[in-house]
Amino acid sequence: MPHRTFIWFILPSLAAMILFIALPIVSVLVQSLHVEHEQVLVTVENCGPFGCTEETRVDREATAELREAQPLGRFNGFGTYLDRGHLATQELAAAWESSESLGAFWGQVMNLPFYRALVFTLAYTFIVTPLVLILGLAIALGVNGLPRMLRGPTIFFSLLPMIVTPLIGSLVLFWMIDADGVIGATLQILFDDPDLSLKASPTLTWITLFIYGVWSSAPFAFIVFYAGLQTVPEETLEAAMIDGASRWERIRYVVIPHLMPLAVFITLMQLMDNFRVFEPIVGFQAQASATSLSYLIYSSLRGDTQQFGSAAATSMLTILGVSILLAPVLIRTWRDFNRKRA
Amino acid sequence: MRFTPMTTLTAVATIMTAGTAMADCGIESGRVAILSNDFPALHAMAEGAAECASGTVEVTANQTTEHRDLQVAALTANPAEYTAAIVANSSIVPLLNEGLIRPLDDLIAQYAPDLPMTNRITIDGQVMAVAFMANAQHLFLRSDILEQVGAEQPTTYEEVLEVLAAVREAGIMEHPWAMNTGSGWNLGEEFVNMYMGFGGDLFEPGTAMPAINNETGLATLQMLAALNEYANPDFLTFDSNATQALWESGELAAAYMWGSRGGGILDDENSTPEITGATVLTAAPTVGGGDIPASTLWWDGFTIAANISDEDAAATFQALMHGLRPEVISANNDAAVWLMPGYTPGAPAAGVAATAQAGTRPYPMLPYVGLMHTALGNELAQFLQGEESAEQALADVEAAYTAAAREQGFLQ
Repeated sequence: MPHRTFIWFILPSLAAMILFIALPIVSVLVQSLHVEHEQVLVTVENCGPFGCTEETRVDREATAELREAQPLGRFNGFGTYLDRGHLATQELAAAWESSESLGAFWGQVMNLPFYRALVFTLAYTFIVTPLVLILGLAIALGVNGLPRMLRGPTIFFSLLPMIVTPLIGSLVLFWMIDADGVIGATLQILFDDPDLSLKASPTLTWITLFIYGVWSSAPFAFIVFYAGLQTVPEETLEAAMIDGASRWERIRYVVIPHLMPLAVFITLMQLMDNFRVFEPIVGFQAQASATSLSYLIYSSLRGDTQQFGSAAATSMLTILGVSILLAPVLIRTWRDFNRKRA
Repeated sequence: MRFTPMTTLTAVATIMTAGTAMADCGIESGRVAILSNDFPALHAMAEGAAECASGTVEVTANQTTEHRDLQVAALTANPAEYTAAIVANSSIVPLLNEGLIRPLDDLIAQYAPDLPMTNRITIDGQVMAVAFMANAQHLFLRSDILEQVGAEQPTTYEEVLEVLAAVREAGIMEHPWAMNTGSGWNLGEEFVNMYMGFGGDLFEPGTAMPAINNETGLATLQMLAALNEYANPDFLTFDSNATQALWESGELAAAYMWGSRGGGILDDENSTPEITGATVLTAAPTVGGGDIPASTLWWDGFTIAANISDEDAAATFQALMHGLRPEVISANNDAAVWLMPGYTPGAPAAGVAATAQAGTRPYPMLPYVGLMHTALGNELAQFLQGEESAEQALADVEAAYTAAAREQGFLQ
């Protein structure tokens, strides 16, 4: 395609991407470099049903003047990125100085909200993604082996976890794993431990969230693999059978190489999705034991005072994290593309 | 004040504006749009206000537990999306900070000159809100279980611990205690309540400097940990819905819950007569030899947006006062602890009334208290899970608050 035609061809989607993706990211970036104005505080007398008290409040007129002068707030550079709520450089340095062993240092790192969230986010991403791939492929192979009549209903039921809205799905499971819920009570009987609670210990909460992640994402991998299985060349399979390949060898040497591009696609999507894990943490009320980067953004924006700068900085760090995660796969794809062109 | 995980399930009630029976509100024309939290007392008020709807008066209401996250943006618009926002001690602060609500002195003088001073939330000499109901967390007890272990009604947390030990000792319940300790806002509130009971102040007077990393803070955390020894191990997920359900299913001997749940707990739904009959609502306990209950008083009140016409403001004020007239209050007597004429305190109000009479302090109405509350809610869970020391937890809260307060311009 000539370059000129190509430009016209993608212009509409390019314009939409700039308008709805690039510009908002730039605005978030600008926001993350600023903090609120200094608040001018005055002490006033407040009265209400429970009597009068002397309390401080913001002097609105003085603050409004400051705001007029600099509508964006005070420029803070990368200050927000480096504070305790984010990369916490000073706290890290202090922890390194003061701790005697690597374990003690790690303990102090895990006490910082950003790193605590990052560790869970990475653990979730790197445990759930491979399991989703494996389970998705296994279901696809299983369904593909079923008699034609049973395939439709089986596909429908296998897709259910993906059809259910994530928040609803996690809420339903949250109630089921309650000590009085069907899963929670069954586990207590199975392990003969009346105090067993999936919600109480951080380890069990993590495992619950991982299982939820696999449960809700496996159907996506399954349906993509299942579509791919319909295109596996029959001749190659038959040739392999004539050569005496077992079922496992046919899968290993014919089916899997054929499905490789799809596996790359699913991996990319899953890495991106899982790195932004959020709904299950809210649904399972798991924030005491597990927080993710997305949860930190949400938490900054909730409550009586909304911390836009803090949320913006965490968002930028999340985008950076996704880019680093995807880089190896993207570089590989780029090389393949160049090789094919050459 | 009630938080449920079902953020997407919030009810959005729009009251029909059809020109049905012209109620005698005395409003000629105007727009009334109410933004409020979502619980029965507020439904009653909004329905009462909706009676003022006519061909020239439009009345709508958005009642959602997420109202706090909407209010600043919605009232910043000009004209404001809502003409009235129903707020509490804490949620009025962001509206004041941004100057989004108007002084009500003129409207009160014109339409409700008899409004008692106690209902007027006066800030620096101007009435900024009209308070109409009160709330506080206090003690709920099961008198039948107290009898079984031969205990009197506890009035201090030290006595509560003795009762809980006796209940466990007698083999009646393994986890007889619950409070709203869900990680996040609820947990932060429990710290604030206990800390106030020990006589502590969250900030150094007149400044935004944190003052929680001290002996009082340590004592507060130790008491919270001691109490939750007797709670179900899931306690870090408990919100009001969870604790109310536990109480109604008879799994608790004592609990510390919101007074606004009293009506729901004492009614004849979701529980048995044995449980509701033995439920006693009493003042929040004192702690550590202090003389005021370990709780904070909250009011709910209405504010009127600044960015609307005077006509709409007058219509809104009159409609809301119509929604809070004595007939509405007496018809919904047990839905809340009302601060309005027409209210006769009943059984569900006993706990809040006793807590208020004992001199409990109101929740501080400070511009930076929300940041402290968030820091407390986020940083204390690890201590209660036994993963870090109380000293470390308090240092974490202080550091998290300081970072947030710097970013918001309260600290340099």
